[in-house]
Amino acid sequence: MKIGICVFPGSNCDYDTYYIVKDILQEDAELLDYTTRNLEHLDAVILPGGFSFGDYLRPGALASKTPLGETIMNFASKGRYVLGICNGFQILTELGLLPGALLPNDNDKFICRRVNLVVENVFTAFTKKIEEKEVITLPIAHHDGRFYAPQDMLEDIEQNSQVVLRYHEENPNGSLNRIAGVCNKSGNVVGMMPHPERISEDILGGLDGLKIWHSLIA
Amino acid sequence: MPKEGILDPQGRAVKDILNEAGFDVKNVRIGKVVEVEADFLDNLNTMVENYIINPLIEDYEIL
Repeated sequence: MKIGICVFPGSNCDYDTYYIVKDILQEDAELLDYTTRNLEHLDAVILPGGFSFGDYLRPGALASKTPLGETIMNFASKGRYVLGICNGFQILTELGLLPGALLPNDNDKFICRRVNLVVENVFTAFTKKIEEKEVITLPIAHHDGRFYAPQDMLEDIEQNSQVVLRYHEENPNGSLNRIAGVCNKSGNVVGMMPHPERISEDILGGLDGLKIWHSLIA
Repeated sequence: MPKEGILDPQGRAVKDILNEAGFDVKNVRIGKVVEVEADFLDNLNTMVENYIINPLIEDYEIL
């Protein structure tokens, strides 16, 4: 599988993600400059975490207006796989590829720790090898992770089973319905606040992130 | 500005400080001013709605 990893100015999980794809999964990995419009040869694109464009204006807002951001719209419309992690999730909501928005955490603090998550939708490109309702442990590290959507949109998201991950028995950042990750209606585009690339090796204290990656390459 | 009804943690922190200082303020919300210099006046709303704000969570006013 050929997997591209986006590099925006200020991305900082790009090399961690590249490392996972190339060395752990042993798939073809390629870093994508934010000025590129050439994604035709790829099967999947990952938007990594970080602070693209310094979070100026709003997290993800400026990255969504770059040539790479705009090309991902077209890439996703062809059914190819797109995963946004943390800042990548924020970029996908700013693009309108995923519903909702990520607001500052309700306690206005940067939260960096592990959380338990319930996998709610196992039909997406990034969760299809996970059991429904399985609880997995992944790290979060964000200041702007409070999932928000207007009431009617929130009801649509729930009715269409677009909630992919939900915080388990807690709500670290004040997200509506404890939502930690969502997908588009066809399930080929997923966004999540937690960082699977940070917990995919024993030496880093866990392997639950692999469940996301193994779903992708299955 | 964050839309009415959306929790604004920054505004809440500032309100708490003002209350502690003895100012009886009821609510504080924090937005942004974006100053744009340009020679055109048409399509301003389109520009703002597509590039400056996120209409899902923010309202705006052109001054």
